[in-house]
Order: sequence, then C-alpha cells, then structure tokens
Amino acid sequence: MKFTCLSKGSGFHFPPCHILDVSGFRILLDCPLDLSALTIFSPVPLDFHPKLEEETCDFAVHNSFDMRKRQRIEKSLHADSLICAQPWYKTPKNLHLWDPSSIDLVLISSTMGMLGLPLLTQTKGFSAKIYVTEATARLGQLMMEDLVLMHSEFQQFYGSESNSPQWMNWEELELLPSALREVALGKDGMELGGWKPLYSSADVEDCLKKVQTLKYAEETCYNGILVIKAFSSGLEIGSCNWTINGPKRNVACISSSSFFSAHAMEFDYHALQGNDLILYSDFSSEGVLTNDEHENNYSASNTNNSLTLRDVSGEKDDWIKLKEGLLSNDGSLEEREKLAFICSCAVDSVKAGGSVIIPLNRLGIVLQMLEQIPVYLESSAVKVPIYIISSVAAELLAFTNVIPEWLCKERQEKLFSGEPLFSHFELMKQKKLYVFPAVHSPELFLRLGPVVQLLRRWHGDENSLLVLEDGLDTDMALLPFKPMAMKVLQCSFLSGIRLQKIHPLLEILQPKVVLFPDDLRKQIKFSSSHSFSVFYYFENETLGVPKLKGSVDLEIVANIDTQFSWRKLNHDDMDITGLEGQLLINHGKHQVLLGNEVSNFSRRKPLLYWGLPDLEKLLAVLSKMGVKGSIEQGMSDAESGSGEIVHIHEPSKALIEVRATKTVISAHDERLATLIFEAIGTLMDGI
Amino acid sequence: MGMECLVLGAGQEVGKSCVVVTINGKRIMFDCGMHMGYDDHRRYPDFSLISKSRDFDHSLDCVIITHFHLDHVGALPYFTEVCGYNGPIYMTYPTKALAPLMLEDFRKVLVDRRGEEEQFTSLHILQCMNKVIPVNLKQTVQVDDDLQIRAYYAGHVLGAAMFYAKVGDSAMVYTGDYNMTPDRHLGAAQIDRLQLDLLITESTYATTIRDSKYAREREFLKAVHKCVAGGGKVLIPTFALGRAQELCILLDDYWERMNLKVPIYFSAGLTIQANMYYKMLISWTSQKVKETYATRNAFDFKHASHINACLQVKSNIVGAFVQALCPLIVYDDDVCTSISIIVISGSFVASLIFHNFDRSLINAPGPCVLFATPGMISGGFSLEVFKQWAPCEMNLVTLPGYCVAGTVGHKLMSGKPTKIDLDKDTQIDVRCKSFKAINPVLEVRAWRSRSVVFPEHTCPHTDSKGIMDLVKFLSPKNVILVHGEKPKMGSLKERIQSELRIPCYLPANCDTVCIPSTICVKAHASDAFIRSCLNPNFRFLKRSKEDNSYEVSRNTNATATLEVNDERIAEGILIMEKGKKARVVHQDDLLLMLGQKKHDVQFAYCCPAQLDNLEETRNRDDALSLTNKCSWLQLLFKELSNYLSGVNIQDLGEHLQVESFLVSVCLKDNCPYRITDHTKKESATVFFCCTWSAADEKLAREIISAMERFNLSGN
Ligand SMILES: [Zn+2]
Ligand SMILES: [Zn+2]
Ligand SMILES: [Zn+2]
Repeated sequence: MKFTCLSKGSGFHFPPCHILDVSGFRILLDCPLDLSALTIFSPVPLDFHPKLEEETCDFAVHNSFDMRKRQRIEKSLHADSLICAQPWYKTPKNLHLWDPSSIDLVLISSTMGMLGLPLLTQTKGFSAKIYVTEATARLGQLMMEDLVLMHSEFQQFYGSESNSPQWMNWEELELLPSALREVALGKDGMELGGWKPLYSSADVEDCLKKVQTLKYAEETCYNGILVIKAFSSGLEIGSCNWTINGPKRNVACISSSSFFSAHAMEFDYHALQGNDLILYSDFSSEGVLTNDEHENNYSASNTNNSLTLRDVSGEKDDWIKLKEGLLSNDGSLEEREKLAFICSCAVDSVKAGGSVIIPLNRLGIVLQMLEQIPVYLESSAVKVPIYIISSVAAELLAFTNVIPEWLCKERQEKLFSGEPLFSHFELMKQKKLYVFPAVHSPELFLRLGPVVQLLRRWHGDENSLLVLEDGLDTDMALLPFKPMAMKVLQCSFLSGIRLQKIHPLLEILQPKVVLFPDDLRKQIKFSSSHSFSVFYYFENETLGVPKLKGSVDLEIVANIDTQFSWRKLNHDDMDITGLEGQLLINHGKHQVLLGNEVSNFSRRKPLLYWGLPDLEKLLAVLSKMGVKGSIEQGMSDAESGSGEIVHIHEPSKALIEVRATKTVISAHDERLATLIFEAIGTLMDGI
Repeated sequence: MGMECLVLGAGQEVGKSCVVVTINGKRIMFDCGMHMGYDDHRRYPDFSLISKSRDFDHSLDCVIITHFHLDHVGALPYFTEVCGYNGPIYMTYPTKALAPLMLEDFRKVLVDRRGEEEQFTSLHILQCMNKVIPVNLKQTVQVDDDLQIRAYYAGHVLGAAMFYAKVGDSAMVYTGDYNMTPDRHLGAAQIDRLQLDLLITESTYATTIRDSKYAREREFLKAVHKCVAGGGKVLIPTFALGRAQELCILLDDYWERMNLKVPIYFSAGLTIQANMYYKMLISWTSQKVKETYATRNAFDFKHASHINACLQVKSNIVGAFVQALCPLIVYDDDVCTSISIIVISGSFVASLIFHNFDRSLINAPGPCVLFATPGMISGGFSLEVFKQWAPCEMNLVTLPGYCVAGTVGHKLMSGKPTKIDLDKDTQIDVRCKSFKAINPVLEVRAWRSRSVVFPEHTCPHTDSKGIMDLVKFLSPKNVILVHGEKPKMGSLKERIQSELRIPCYLPANCDTVCIPSTICVKAHASDAFIRSCLNPNFRFLKRSKEDNSYEVSRNTNATATLEVNDERIAEGILIMEKGKKARVVHQDDLLLMLGQKKHDVQFAYCCPAQLDNLEETRNRDDALSLTNKCSWLQLLFKELSNYLSGVNIQDLGEHLQVESFLVSVCLKDNCPYRITDHTKKESATVFFCCTWSAADEKLAREIISAMERFNLSGN
C-alpha cells in the first residue's frame, strides 16, 4: 500500500486531500477548494448592481484599477492592492500533478471536501467511481450551486473572460504585494498550477450525476474487491470517516471528527474498530498548545479553540476577558459557551442600536445560532428581526428538517415525539426569523455575496458587530472595508478531535499501523507502550506501508455430502487434500465453492508427485499385480544421465524410465500402462 | 450448525406475525405481532416456547420489527414490559416514530371503547419504544461481533422493511409485508442479490391473482358517487396510516373531475402528529414524492415569493405531494378544531386548512363522505358512525378486503346480514348498501392504487407473481412461507418447489423448521494460489439495474450496469495441520514447504505409422533432412486434423501438440520407447515419438491407435 498526502489543507473549510493506493486501486480522499485564497481578489465595487446598465460593467473601470496598481511599488497592503479580476479558485496543492485518469475511486468525507469535485469530473479521462453520503451530496450540491451563483456577480461585472487571466502572467504576479503573491504561488512558488476557473451549474449537475450516494454504514463494493463504508464523523451533517476493506488490508480514514455534536449524528468511532491501518487525517489540533512552555511562541490571536475579540480600529474592549474561561475546558460545554457568548455579544450590539452580521458558513453553527439568538433576544426583551439572506438558506433549513437519520440523538428524539427537528419554521411562523432569497448569498471569506454590501454599509458603525471565524487572515479579509469602526468578534469552534483525545481514541481502535501527520508530531508523543506502529507522513511525500497480512482469508463452502480424500503426509502431522472449485470474489471476500460443476472437460485432474520411486519396491508392487520386470543394469550413466530403466516383460513389453524429476512409462498396452502408473502412485508422496 | 426457525405466529394464517430464527447460535425474533381476531391468550404469540424459564434476555439476541402494523408490532409492549424482555429491538426510523401511535390507538380502542382489561399501558408503550434502536435502510448494523442485520425497503407502508440477518456464513431474509409495485406515495420493494440460506416471506395473496384493479376502482368511485348523488352518506372505514392517503387522493381526483361539492371528512384515531411524521420522513416515500421535493430546488425558486404561499389541494402534482405528506386529517376524540398543517417542501411553505368531522355532523342532513377508523369496524369511531348510518338504505359502507373474524366488518363481508348483533343488548339494523373489498386483503397489505390520473404508468403485476419473482431473484437455498391462508400457501409452495426447485416449508404456529446449512471452512490462502486462480476467466455481463436489485417498477429507467462475473476455477491444496489454521496453497507452495521437487510421471510411446510412398522419399538414407521430417509431420497434422475435428492441434514446427500430448518424428533407431517389435525394417514405416501426462491418457491412446491405422500419403 502506498499513501501520499497531497495537501494538509487548513481548517474546517479546506480539509486535507490524500491519495491512497490499496489493492491495486488508486483512491483520492476528498477534493476541496481553498476558498480562503479568494481574499486576494477585490470584491465587486459597491456601486455595482448586478442587474444594472452595461456602462458599469465597462472595462475602462477595471483597467484603470489595473493601471494604478501597476505603478505602485511594493508597500503595505491596501484595498487597491487586491486583484481586480474575476476570481479563480485554488485546488489542493499537488492534486494537479496527478493524472485524473489514474484515479479509480474518490471518497468524499464532507461537504467542504466536495467543493472541488466538479473540476475533477469535468476533466477529460476522469472516470473514477465517486462515493459520497446522501446528505453530503445534497448539501454539497446546494453549496456548489450557491458558489456558482455568487460567482456570477463577478462574471457580470468583468464579463466572460477567455484563456488564462491577466493576473496570472508572471509580470503581473511579480508586481503583487508579497502577501498576495504567497497566496497565489504558495510558499514554494509551486501552486500556480492549482488555480482553476470556477465550474458552471451544468458542471455541478453533471458532477452529481456521477456521484454514488450512500447512507451511513451502507456497504458498497468496488470492483468486487474493496468493501467501502462511511461512518458518521460528527463534524457536520453527512460528514463521514471511510473504511476500506480489501483482501489484505483494512483501512480506516479518520477525517476531522467531533465527539460533540448538537446537530449532526455522533462520531461513530466504534465502527472503525478492527481495522489494521488507520490514516489519521484530522489536522485540527495543529498549532494547539500542548504545554505552557510553548505558549510564548503563540500570540493570543493565533491560538485555536479560543475566542478572540479584536477591535480592528485599535481600541481594546472589555469583553475580551470573557474568553479566558473558555480557553481550557473540554468538550461540549465549551462549545455551548462559545455560542452563548456570541449570542450575548450580538444582543449587546443590538441593544446599543447596532446591527450584527454573522457571515458564518458552517451549517451546524448557523443552525444552532438561528435557534439560540431568538431565545437570547426574547429574554432581553429585544424585538429585532433576524434575517437570513441566502438563496439556499430556505432550502437548507427545509432539508435539515427531513433528515432525522443524519442527526444526533437529541434531534432524533424530536422525531419520535413528533416535534420538528429544528425550530426554524416555528420561528419563521412567529415572524422572528425571515428568510430572504437574495440573488446573492452567504459570505465566502468576505468576497462573495451580500455580506460585501452589508459590510460596506456598516463598517463605520461602532455599535455594529461582525462575527468572524478564526483562522482567516483578517487583515487581508477586511482590507476592502477599512477603516473599520465596527467591532469584530473572532471565534473558533471545535472542528476536530482534541489533542488529548487522539491517543485514547487510537488505543480504543487498536490498529496495527497508524499513519500520522508529521505536523502533529510535536504536539503528541506516542508513549512507547502503545501497541501500534506509527508512520509519520509529510505533504507530497509518498509513504510505502509494509504488508500486514501474508495471506488472504478464504472460505471453503461445501455441501454436506462433499467428500474430501485426505492424504496423510508420512513425516508430518499434516493432512492434505486436493481442492477444486469455483473461486468467487465478492464484497472483498474470497470464497471457494466446491462441488459445483466447473467445466465440462473430461480431463482428469493433473496429479502432483514429489520424491523418487524406489525401484525395488516398484518391482515388488508390480509383481503382486502380475507384472514382471527387471532393472536394467550398468548402462544408466551412458546415455540418459542418471536415469534408471526398468524393463517389463510380462504380460507384455513395457519400459519405465526413472529420472531425478521425471518418470516415463512406455507401453503399448493401455491397461498395462495404467497398472504401472497406479503402482508408482502407491510408492510416491503425492496428491 | 444450520438454522432453526420457530414459528410463533402467522403460521398458515394472517395475524400475530412472530418468527424466532436461530442462526449459528444467535437467536433473533422477527416481528412481535398481535392477532386482532382473538381477545384471549391466543392474541399473543406463545412466548414460553422461546424459553421455558421466561429468561428472554438470555435466549434472544435481538428483536426486529418490520413495520408498524399491529399484526407485526402489537405484542411488543407486552413482550418487553410485561414479559420483561430487555434486549435490543431494531426497527426503521419511521416505524419507531409511528408504531407508538398505532399501539396507543389500539390500546384506547381496547380499553376505552371495548372496556377491556388493559394489557399494557401508555407508559408501557413509551418505555418499550425507548428501548428501540432505529435503523436506516441499507445501514449494516453490527448487533454484536457475530450478528449483522440490514434493512431493505419493502414499500407496503411508510417505514416497512425487509430484514437481512447474517451470522458467520449463514444468512437469511425475513420480508415482513412488502409491496411489488410502487404506488403514489411509496416505492416498490428493493433488495440486493444476496446469498441466502433461507428466505421467510409473507404470502398473503399467494395464488390470488387480482382482477384488474383499475376496474374495481371505477366501480368503487361509481358506488360512492351514486350514493352521494342520492343524498346518502358514505362511510369508509380505514386504518389511519397507509390506505387512507390513497383513497383520499383517489376521491379527490374524482371529485375534481366530476366537479362534486359533497364534503369529504376525515376521522382517524391518531393524533395530529402523524402529519409531522410524514413530513420529516419524506425520504421514505415514493420516488414521485421525492422528485417533487427535489424539483423545488434552489434554481426553481429564484423568482418565487415562496414564503407563506397558500396552496389549495388540487389534483395536480403539488396537491398530490401535499396530500401524500399530510394525508391524515385527524380526528382527535373531543378536540374538533380546524387544523392547519404546514408542509414544507424545499423552500416552499403551504398552509392547508381542513375541517374535522364533528360528532354533531353524524346526523347532519345532506350527503357526505367520511373516513373513519378502525378499518374493520371493530369498535371506535367507525362503529359509532356505522350504528347511526347502517339503518338507512341511502347510505353506503365500503369494506376493506380483509376483516378478522368476529368484527362487524367480517360479518358484513360474509353474506348480506340485515341485522348484526353487536352484543347481547345491541342489535343494528343493516339496510345500507355495502361495497366489498376494493381489493382483497386491503388492510393487511396496504392498498396500492392504480393511479386514476396516470393510468398509463401502471403495470398489471400480480402478487403471487411478485412473490415468485422475489424468490427467483434471491434464489435462496430454502423458503418458508408465513402470513397467508393455508390452501393458497400450499399451491404457492408447489410452484416454488416445482418451478424454482427450492425446498419450501409451510410451518403452522408453534412448528419448528430446521434448515441444514452448508459446511464452511475458513482458511488462509497463499498468494500463489490466488494468483493461479485469477486466470482470465472474466465474463462481462450487461445487466439492467432492475435485474441487479429487485424493484418491479416500470417507471424507473433501467440503467444498464456492467457486471464482472468472477467465476474462477480454483485448483489448490488444502492443508490441515494440528494446531494451525487451515491453509489453501498452490502446489508450488506445498513443494517448497516440503523441500521437495515435483516429480512428473509421464507416458511415452514411439508410434510407427505407414507411409505410402516412402520409397521415393527415402531414396537415400542420408536424405533424412529436415524437410522430410517436416513434411512427415505435416502429413500427420493433416490426418490428425481430419480425425480429431474440433480439437485444437497446435503445429509447433518440430512437433505437434494436443493438450499435453506431444508428437514428433523419431529418427533414433534404438528409441527406448519403441516398445513393439518392429524388427523388420519396413521401408514404408516412419516413427513418431509421443509423450503425454496422465491427465490425457485417454486422449493419447485414441490418437495413437488412430496413428497406427493411418496410411500417410505423400504429396
Ligand atoms: Zn402490514
Ligand atoms: Zn402483516
Ligand atoms: Zn521414439
């Protein structure tokens, strides 16, 4: 088995991407898009309204932007340093170095891991089988359609472009500020090839046609050899961890998984037990502190699992201290408190007369906030409407209400007691929540969608609040909206397995081999007592994993009346018998069915002998059968090497020639030949 | 080890389905139903047969419920709460959601209306359902290390499933009730091609081949129309879930087309929540309903102001959709308010307002149509209404196809009674008309509508054919028939045994059937063995999807899938060694293990053949050139080809080969294999040296005797 980590991704929105070669098949794990790279593009100008006159779309406008930029020499980032062009999208690095036609199988583990899929399915020569859970496929479709729709705003502004865009020319790239250049080219300057123009809605549709959807724990079999199953990972609705069972290898791939979920079905880690190899691909604890000594190396805003309230305009705010209680603790309580904190911040802002923008794109968090914020508003006796502006929100909300099989136990209980799974529609009915199908919708890293327009309106209002997810380069993200008087609340939610839980989890799963990211090596030291061996992997480095099982498990299925003719081997406690049947390979299982008429050949099974027949004994056996003969003396070395010859005189003439690895029986009489053959058979080990 | 199948209910009858199967030591109870026809101990399966000591937790590994009908789930609260079974119980999500409603409804009918002693309480139902583990279709559930179960879509009613169970190498399917044809709100049964030792199937219809349902539907509509046109009232007794939806859609279509204004009322002893369930469980409904849902996607609603859109129930697709989702306009004993139902379809919100049937409406003047529960008029609201309406000959009561003996429904079906004794004191005058059985066994098997609106979409599929199709598709090693009527089951059994050549059993209640199982040895296989088996023996079969997974639906586009047939001939050696796992190896592995060399035992014979004009060719002895050798071999090749027509003879230049039989011209005068005494050097004889292995002895002798007869003629 071989394994290559193409990209370790970054965070929840950009999951890792790997290539796995198992049992002769090449498997691609996830196909995401790096949407954070969108921040190098300038948003569409404020005065642009998608459906307005053509003059706004004038190329003169856009060219003059370009000119100004070109004259500028490297200095600090400005809004106008951003690339004014129709954005392209960045695929995982190194993925473009692989031949799409060599991929046999694609496994998608989350909605985020699906966003780049149409770019792959539209490639010529790509013919891999794609497996996705039903819920991920549906949510992924909504997300992709939404992305296409939001992107169309740019398309209308810049017009359709031909060939590779101007900003990708080397002269242009040289002129970019280093921060932007690094995003465009990657740290090692190798990533320009990963940029792709966005797919169309037709591509999305086509992509979904090629996808085979599965339920959790549904068994599917690829090519009769690999049995593939998806088990819930707890991270999002439909997100999963894959197990791949081949004849010689049982692999479990652990993507970012969550032990705590307030909406999606719980992390089904029990189902991952019994696999001999675990590919650990949850990078969420990368950069998380393991002990206090390291703390100095990290600035507070860099720390994961924390809430950081930053006032970008420069003034510190008092609520920043609230976060401290949330820094250390474990699990669900912490996540709930984070949500509660955001809700209370939101209520404070609203009380002060401001507005709150929450451009979150994690479905789970949105679902929970939509339920909780109205509760907070009500308890503070504030009557403020909540708007969801999105072309897909209505559909998302509707969808989440009809998929009890994909939700956590708590939500499922609602089904069994006849309540709606989520309370959104109740809230809509009570006119606490409004859904607007804006032509453009939720934010994507503050570049696409209506959030851009809202930010432009409110960025000067110091009572207003913007809730952002951590992990985003806020300087670059907020560049077009400076100066910001608006408060910014940055928060990060748990998006994977916590550091402390990695080791216990692996101990529970009892693999023989673990493939573990080298990036986490510093954080987690496997104690010497663990029962598995660990292979550390790096980005873009192929890891060969040694064989585990020497042999394939085989089932021999026979009818009751099947008779085996056992032969005991003289020198050993060993019984052997010939086996002839039909080999079936199904669901990765090898089965031999005996007693089935395999062929119509009247051929006798070829017999296998080893050793040498003793000639004296042979003559004795033959004479009992009434066959008489004599050993030819003396002339053995002359002509036929070490061959010895027995001449048969009665009942008719025949000859037996015995050599080291061969005995030849020569007789004209068929019956005599058979007798001799049988006599030899009794003297030799064979089967 | 084999399998053992103990039938506790639904053996040669319909009612209290309950089968306990032991597979390789694991014991599973399939369904835990109640018999509606009895009110004594015969109502429940005889659980004592499972365990004399009544220690059910240790004698059963799990209980599986196929669907929410009472003949499949009715005894479950009794079994868990009264008999004390505490082990795992599995059912699908919809069944878990809907079964408690059915049970509660039933409990109320028994206790509140019939005044019977309570068998189990509401609390029992609640506690029982808390123990249930919901499963999704196709989800492979590992009950324990050895026992694996999986649910497959069965149609029939929302959430109905067939269950597959596997322990070690033995596997079986228990169908529960299933549906062969998709209807408006449910799809057809669907199952993978599985390797099964046993199939336990229901056989409700057995040999009954239904008459054209379309015609029956028209008759039904005509009867209803005639009655309301004459100012009469129509009572349609029905169970709340399943069939009501269908009839409702059917009537609604008809009302629309005929422009009728007569009110249609609904009453069902379930709660309002049923609507909610259908809404949340949309993924379990038919393709048509799902598609309607799917088309309301993002791009369709860009231009719609879709919130608070108000919908009228019409016979269009949206109407059908809404009806399928919230078909139950529910009558809750004393709360008779207008109910508004919110249906969410995509981003689509529809508000529907229905009026419930008030008790005061029973004797209101004017015609109407009323749906009421229970279906067999065994009590409850349908009986209450029946008492009032039966004496008037203008009225009509429709009867379900199957009624349990003892119920009013059954009495009406068997003959034309003018009086029905309800109990000692109550007698009902029956003067109203009745319409029998839209189709046989309506309640037992949910009624599948032949769509009136889209008649071209339907297919004349009969049920006995459907059962045969399923058995044929799965080709199990054994079949057990349950849940049917004995005579009809008998003829179905005959068909399965004679047409499909599968052993078939018809156990009665409390009978046990033992199924022998195949022997299975687990072994390690060596690489060389596996490789040697992988000789190119692939066959690619084009199969339609229908063929691959059982779905008798003419509406779905059969997508062709390529299937690789992996039948490979395997020849190896099985080794059993004390204290070690069995191994299967290639012969080379064995030799290597033993440190021995293979010893071939071959046959050889130097065969003389007559040559016609050898004289000419042998003019000079030194003319034994290669050309001569070749030409003799060519002559032999020609003769052999004629003689062995159809056998592949390879001409390899120096020699010819048939299977392992090799022949070449022998020019040695003292060839050791020249056994026969050919002392006289006949001028016209040429020798061919032959060798072959034991496998081809027969073939070789045949060729040799032919060669000896040959008279090879030159040029
Ligand atoms: Zn049923
Ligand atoms: Zn039934
Ligand atoms: Zn010879």
